[in-house]
Amino acid sequence: MTVTLPDEDRREGAIQTLRRGLRMMPEFRRGLPLTVLLAVLATAGRVVVPIAVQQVLDRGIGAEGGPDLDFVTWVVLGCAVVVVLTAVAVYRMNLRLFRTTETALAGLRVRAFRHVHDLSAVHQQADKRGALVSRVTSDVDQLSQFMQWGGVLGLISFGQLLVATVVMFVYSWQLTLVVLVCFVPLGIAVRWFAAELAVVYGLVRERIGDLLAAVSESVVGASTVRAYGVRERTAERIDAAIDRHYRAAVDAQRVAVGVFVSGELAAALANAALVVAGIYLGLAGDISAGTLVAFLFLVTLFVAPVQTASEVINEAQNALAGFRRVLDILDTEPDVRDPATAAPESSLHLPDGVLGVRFDHVTFRYAPGARKALDDVDLTIAPRRRVAIVGETGSGKTTFAKLVTRLMDPVEGRVLLGSDDAGWVPLSDVAFGSLRARVVMVPQDGFLFDATVADNVRYGAPTISDAEVTRAFADLGLTDWVEGLPHGVTSPVGQRGESLSAGERQLVAVARAYVADPDLLVLDEATSAVDPATEQRLTRALDTLTAGRTTLTIAHRLSTAERADEILVVDAGHVVQRGSHAELVGTDGTYARLHASWRRSSAGEPEPVA
Amino acid sequence: MPRRRRDAVVRRGIRHVGRAIALQPRIFAAALLGSSLFAVMTVASAYVIGEITDRVILPSFDEGSASTAALALAVAAIIGVALLRIVGIIGRRLLSGIMQYRLQAQMRREVTGQYLRLPLSWHQQHPTGQLLSNANSDVEAAWFFVAPLAFGLGAVIIIVITGGAMVATDPLLALIGVVIFPLVFVINALYSQVMSPRQQRAQQLRAEVSEIAHESFDAALVVKTLGREESETERFNARAGELRDGLISVGRIRGLFDPLIESLPNLGTLAVLLVGAHRVADGAIDVGELVSIAYLFTLLALPIRAIGWVLAELPRALAGYDRITPVLEATGETPYGPEDAATASGGAALGLQGIGYTFAGVERPAVRDVTFDVPAGGTVAVVGPTGSGKSTLAGLLVRLVDPADGTVLLDGLDIRSLREGQVSDQAAFVAQQAFLFDDTVRGNITLGGPYTDEDVWAALRVAAADDFVTALPDGLDTHVGERGASLSGGQRQRLALARAIVRRPRLLVLDDATSAVDPAVEARILDALRASDAPATVVVVAYRQATIALADEVVWFEHGRAVARGSHEYLLGEVPGYADLVRAYTQAEGVPA
Repeated sequence: MTVTLPDEDRREGAIQTLRRGLRMMPEFRRGLPLTVLLAVLATAGRVVVPIAVQQVLDRGIGAEGGPDLDFVTWVVLGCAVVVVLTAVAVYRMNLRLFRTTETALAGLRVRAFRHVHDLSAVHQQADKRGALVSRVTSDVDQLSQFMQWGGVLGLISFGQLLVATVVMFVYSWQLTLVVLVCFVPLGIAVRWFAAELAVVYGLVRERIGDLLAAVSESVVGASTVRAYGVRERTAERIDAAIDRHYRAAVDAQRVAVGVFVSGELAAALANAALVVAGIYLGLAGDISAGTLVAFLFLVTLFVAPVQTASEVINEAQNALAGFRRVLDILDTEPDVRDPATAAPESSLHLPDGVLGVRFDHVTFRYAPGARKALDDVDLTIAPRRRVAIVGETGSGKTTFAKLVTRLMDPVEGRVLLGSDDAGWVPLSDVAFGSLRARVVMVPQDGFLFDATVADNVRYGAPTISDAEVTRAFADLGLTDWVEGLPHGVTSPVGQRGESLSAGERQLVAVARAYVADPDLLVLDEATSAVDPATEQRLTRALDTLTAGRTTLTIAHRLSTAERADEILVVDAGHVVQRGSHAELVGTDGTYARLHASWRRSSAGEPEPVA
Repeated sequence: MPRRRRDAVVRRGIRHVGRAIALQPRIFAAALLGSSLFAVMTVASAYVIGEITDRVILPSFDEGSASTAALALAVAAIIGVALLRIVGIIGRRLLSGIMQYRLQAQMRREVTGQYLRLPLSWHQQHPTGQLLSNANSDVEAAWFFVAPLAFGLGAVIIIVITGGAMVATDPLLALIGVVIFPLVFVINALYSQVMSPRQQRAQQLRAEVSEIAHESFDAALVVKTLGREESETERFNARAGELRDGLISVGRIRGLFDPLIESLPNLGTLAVLLVGAHRVADGAIDVGELVSIAYLFTLLALPIRAIGWVLAELPRALAGYDRITPVLEATGETPYGPEDAATASGGAALGLQGIGYTFAGVERPAVRDVTFDVPAGGTVAVVGPTGSGKSTLAGLLVRLVDPADGTVLLDGLDIRSLREGQVSDQAAFVAQQAFLFDDTVRGNITLGGPYTDEDVWAALRVAAADDFVTALPDGLDTHVGERGASLSGGQRQRLALARAIVRRPRLLVLDDATSAVDPAVEARILDALRASDAPATVVVVAYRQATIALADEVVWFEHGRAVARGSHEYLLGEVPGYADLVRAYTQAEGVPA
């Protein structure tokens, strides 16, 4: 199933993104008013020194009858107190801001992580995993980095801009208008730049995702790279990804410099206009020379935060690009949703007792227009049956398993679980909590975590002890194997379980499902890499242990089918035969052919010449 | 001791800055030039405004009329200085960016080059998530300070100019500056010392968060089918929470440092005013001189902040760099010899002499004292219980890892003595789990080798993959997705087989590589390999009797040792374990083998 994440709309406005973000980060709003108040106080410190300079020069040193030293001392001390208080306010504000943003971002990270697990994109296709990891790591990091300075600076600059405007108005409203008019083109340019920056930084974030995917390929495929001597080729592929990221980053830098240059131009324009307009206003008698000179000084208070703000806008767009990618994840609707959260009122629990399976005219295709993987399958598997599903590669066996465990939903028809006695429940209404506790699947590649054997088994039943894990292996006839491990069940398995062989990993995966104690067990080629003697021992033990439960087994080793109560033969999306081994093996048909072929291969007889 | 540690952080920080400059000297010089232009023009703009005040504004107000020429000159001066400043900004910012990204790209190439160079045994000890984090966030952290570096150093010019002007005007007032600057650096040194361990911890936690995410997404199917989303989220949450606390503790220091550094020049200005007023009262300086010194002092705020930015980033840079250094310095690169492999066509003779291998951190060897020969063109099946060391042995044959003891001989030559690329030219290996690259079907089979489409189709036919490849939307040009995600397990395995077949290897090692392939297809593959005039030597790890029957000889493997060898019939009669294993299915039903 190709589940694609929505195409990134890199042109989404900053405000829209922020609104979307605030909805997803409720923590962020907590205590925000006080933080903003502190930011306003912090601004005061930036204005107080220029005012002090002006006051001391005009009224202290330039006082009638020589310098008034007492006045100077008081002004300086007063201002020093304000500067210190401002520093304290900034410190307090920083603390609050860091705490709330980091808390909000951690929440965002975790929610995105959780949501990724709900998306079938991640378990249906390994595709994009590297990129998914980047969304809960580097994209969020980008935001956090921005918040560590950009957020604070942005707030202060904004406050300073307001204060400077007010002070300027007090000195001369005409000159203030002149300044504001000069900055209007900048305002327009910044809007355009912001959109452009959103695009280029979006591309940068995307390139980082691609880069991670390329690197992870070289790491996960390390043995293939070495076995085929394709180190240079792989290096070229990674280098290409590195170069693409480099070019995107430099392009983004170019646009960012454009923003800064525009701010600089506007400031120069304002200064020139002030001199000209100031002199003409002065000549008309509207302002004094002192006011104009003071104003030239004041305007730097206005220009500085504009320049800082343009810096912040750059960084903000970069961070927003990451933010958007995280939010896009959260906004992607899972195609299979847990009824317990999607529709809590109508969600159901599975009926008590052993579970049977009913397919009610089920059709499935992996993509619209694709061939039907299952075509109008209509059947009931009674509880307590051991059923084998056989068929050639690509016949639809695994699709069957994925529908029973609701890894995906049918395109048409319904899958139901239950029994005639306890009633049948549509799978789509069953709360995941109930479903996963009672229906367990063992896939072919039973992934192991980087922990001990026992920890991995406990993944199926979190509360059991090491002794119970050991007993579980004994129940499954695997004591010999466990005793052969360097530290028994406490042996570490390495990352992805790679200290064990593929067959050993499957043994642990089966034990993990066994301790989960399901009512319906689905084994999808779960022992394909295990040696035949061990497999026979294991499956015979499982048969005894799961007696009274329902098991669905998919296997191309037909020894399983020989022992099953019932065999479903799947071919091209249809169930073409159904019956016991004894019934089917004598009938001319798909099963007899498959079985004969398997028999020959396991007995070492040559294939007949076709 | 604390003093020494602090010195170490500062000194290492300075050395790190030197490293960045040494790696990109020209770009840095150009960026510094831009930054210097910017710095000089910043001082100039202050001077211009002063001059305009004295020569244009005040005379105009005094005379009650303005000269158009003077006004035009004033406007031209303001715009001219601004344009030069802009040139400086473009040079500084763009070039600093280019320098930063070049350093990043260069280091990423080195780090990923190491990933490709280092042996598998190294990879087995390093989680994928951590390696991704090294190549991504650690590299980024290591060079982040480069962005403000030229600005910070260029700002030194402002300090020198203003310092010089202050000393020239009044040495006593200049003293205040002398007090301020050491304070800035003392605060910075303290900051670095307190910040370093916190930044190290934050980078470490970033890597751990990445590890968990990577592992958990890799395990998605298991997480889903066992309904463990909540506990996985809990696990991630715990580490994300630690990272959050780590970042808050970084923020706490940063949040104190920033206002401290910013208030210093402000307090300095106030001190200048206070002392200056007394000096004016004493008649030591005049009001104009005080005004210019006060103004110069406000100019200082900018360079001090810029230097602060650089210094503030250094602890994080060192933390990132320190995490990458072990990767860059890791040894254990596979050594190659000078020898060429035999150029003969047909199968290669394989010899194993006393091979032993032990995984890192495990006492018990996975393979020990294995000795046997496979004659050129021969087929040997390696059979043994699950976990007996067969896959490890298969990897040793094609030099995925080097044995701790013993020698693997290819045509009588120790494979360690062969030049790089010779072993993979001679031998092809198909692993138990097929690995496909995010590339086209063709790319996955040729891996860039000089094979025509006819060669590729021929290989696909042998691997029984031609039918499904024909049915793919773009045939050979179909992209298979990351790790071949768009294909089924059986399809991936067949492409991996075709990849080996197309190379016409002289030695083919199949590690249970046909488990998902129909027996008939497997027979066809082995037949095709044996049918040529000069058949390849084949070592196959297998369980199926049909596969084993194709072998000339069988090696029985148990607990890492080649316990017995001989024909299938011989082993059936002599080795009970072997008979149990290969007859498991037939015995179950009482059918004679």
